[in-house]
Amino acid sequence: MRTGGRNANSREERILGIIETARAKRPRFKDERITMAHGAGGKATQTLIEGLLAPAFGIDELADAAVVGEIALTTDSFVVKPLRFPGGSIGELAVNGTVNDLAVGGARPLALSLALILEEGLDATVLREEVEAMTAAADAAGVRIVTGDTKVVERGHADGMYVCTTGVGMRDPRAALAPGAVRPGDRILVSGSIGEHGTAIMLARGDLGLAADIESDTRSLWPAVDAMLGPGVRCLRDATRGGVASVLNEIARAAGVAMSVRERDVPVLPAVAGAAELLGIDPMYVANEGKLVAFVAPEAADAILAALRAVDGCERAAEIGEVKAEPPGMVLVETAFGGRRVMDQLVGDPLPRIC
Amino acid sequence: MRFVDEFRDGALGQKVAAQILGLVDPGRHYKVMEVCGGHTHSIYRYGVDDLLPANVELVHGPGCPVCVIPMGRVDDGIAIASEPGVIFTCFGDMLRVPGSHGTLLDAKARGADVRMVYSPLDALRIAKAEPDRPVVFFAIGFETTAPSTALTLMRARAEGVENFSCMCNHVTIVPPLRALLDSPDLRLDGFIGPGHVSTVVGARPFTFIPADYGRPVVIAGFEPLDILQAIHMILAQLAEGRCEVENQYKRVVPYEGNRRALAAMAEVFALRPHFEWRGLGFISQSALRLSDAYADLDAERRFSVPGVRVADPKACQCGEVLKGVIKPWECKVFGTACTPEHAIGTCMVSPEGACAAYYNYGRFVTSSGGPNL
Repeated sequence: MRTGGRNANSREERILGIIETARAKRPRFKDERITMAHGAGGKATQTLIEGLLAPAFGIDELADAAVVGEIALTTDSFVVKPLRFPGGSIGELAVNGTVNDLAVGGARPLALSLALILEEGLDATVLREEVEAMTAAADAAGVRIVTGDTKVVERGHADGMYVCTTGVGMRDPRAALAPGAVRPGDRILVSGSIGEHGTAIMLARGDLGLAADIESDTRSLWPAVDAMLGPGVRCLRDATRGGVASVLNEIARAAGVAMSVRERDVPVLPAVAGAAELLGIDPMYVANEGKLVAFVAPEAADAILAALRAVDGCERAAEIGEVKAEPPGMVLVETAFGGRRVMDQLVGDPLPRIC
Repeated sequence: MRFVDEFRDGALGQKVAAQILGLVDPGRHYKVMEVCGGHTHSIYRYGVDDLLPANVELVHGPGCPVCVIPMGRVDDGIAIASEPGVIFTCFGDMLRVPGSHGTLLDAKARGADVRMVYSPLDALRIAKAEPDRPVVFFAIGFETTAPSTALTLMRARAEGVENFSCMCNHVTIVPPLRALLDSPDLRLDGFIGPGHVSTVVGARPFTFIPADYGRPVVIAGFEPLDILQAIHMILAQLAEGRCEVENQYKRVVPYEGNRRALAAMAEVFALRPHFEWRGLGFISQSALRLSDAYADLDAERRFSVPGVRVADPKACQCGEVLKGVIKPWECKVFGTACTPEHAIGTCMVSPEGACAAYYNYGRFVTSSGGPNL
């Protein structure tokens, strides 16, 4: 510590030791009720999954997709409001979101199942449009929707419609992806400019009185993964809820490494940066629906980045930082101003600040 | 972003940092308090303290209006929010501040209609859209946000929006500063004055700090270069033996403040005789209530609230942490009874508070909150 506190101060060391032990423990789910924070992708979500769901089902390693033999399996639900927004809609998200979980798991997406939960009174035109959006997105992603289920709930529930999709993919023989494979020296890549989906949704809700030309980035990530796969790719994640910051924290913890991010190298569209500035939020925590974070071997980084940039929609892909050994589990940012800070996991949704 | 990026220029920052290094006496340890939570956020966000010499320490002040709201007031807010039919509105960062039985977000999960707004006018708009339901705005903030609450209440009165009311938790900046300065064990050398508050109150209210307590004050903006320049100005005063209020944030802060905003506040608000600050205890004349002329819009009169004071645990030592007397880990409840998940004092409630930063980043944090690697 630069203020000289490191001198043999046993009480401070003891207290730090207690805290570090407590933080390293598997989180326990003790909350009395579910709050919105449990769905926001941050610490509360992690507590719910690691403290209740994963131990109950005997799942040791959490991943976007599970691999059973050569088959990869994943599932996701979509509850976005509004149903349509600049750059996409719930139907498109429902296809791309599940396709992307397979893709970053190193599996070529093959087929989806589709479950619809519809609200009584939903305009059939809206439903038709979403079915078309799903068909178009599935065609673009090269998958088929092969089975499904439909339920209708009473008016006042389900915000018009909720969509659940389950995806099956074939593990790509080139893929050997795991968080545990990430090691110090590896480079961190993002597949394009970040924060667009979450910002587009916030603006589309219309209660901020802001308007900007920002579109959701929803798209299939399989072409990007297909272009990258090879021995140098250690781990891939799509940066959805909780944004790039949450992915970096998750992998730092899982691999027992540190992440060092150069803020000035992170691609952010000016309109997104401006909206985030006004709203008091950091684009690193904002959701994406068509961006991945890749952890790659240093000697392969340049070639992988070049391959990625050649993919349609990934022209702005960039190397944003490096994996370090110390301090394990933490994500550090070199700010564009020349300082450093810790980029922690969120507790819940990013809330705007007043002070 | 034009007119923003200019104030975040890393190369200029390095130049100011070099000048600061030339100003400090290597044998002296400097403690400078940034009063305002907004400054704390910028310092943390941009890593401003990394550009400072090792013997210049930034101490986070009591200026986060969200974190200083005591548990009893949060409980009162939750009681109102839980009344049948009520739509309860407040700013986003208030939602996660714990009362004695959870936060407003927890109340929402139990069924209360709690909505985040960006402005009190949004709350008034909700009241007009839902005339059959009582809409309450939970007002918080220093003199920065108080004028917008005042103008909203004036408009509610003018437009006869009868279902709208306000639970007023506005606080004032000078009394807590005086309370800090009055303590015999204060170890601060200077203050970065609150830029947003000063746009309303001006620079004059801070003249008592150099006059009565012999400490320099520099009112500063919120970009990293603003803060670095303000630190430079404070250290220059100390080096030259001067002691006065200076205004780094002249592009926004007029010396006399904003007279129309002050007039609106004078009409709508009155001083409370005393108010409790989380971790700091009761401070005289440190908060605002609605004036008698606006008493009919006062949510505390319209609804019955428990009004129970929930005492901070006796062991909480936020006051000493804020004054720079002790380090977070020296507090008796730090890391045991007081954690980010179950925060007691203001320093732990705010994610950028000294205690929360120390808890989360432990060995890798400097005394002023940034990573130390």
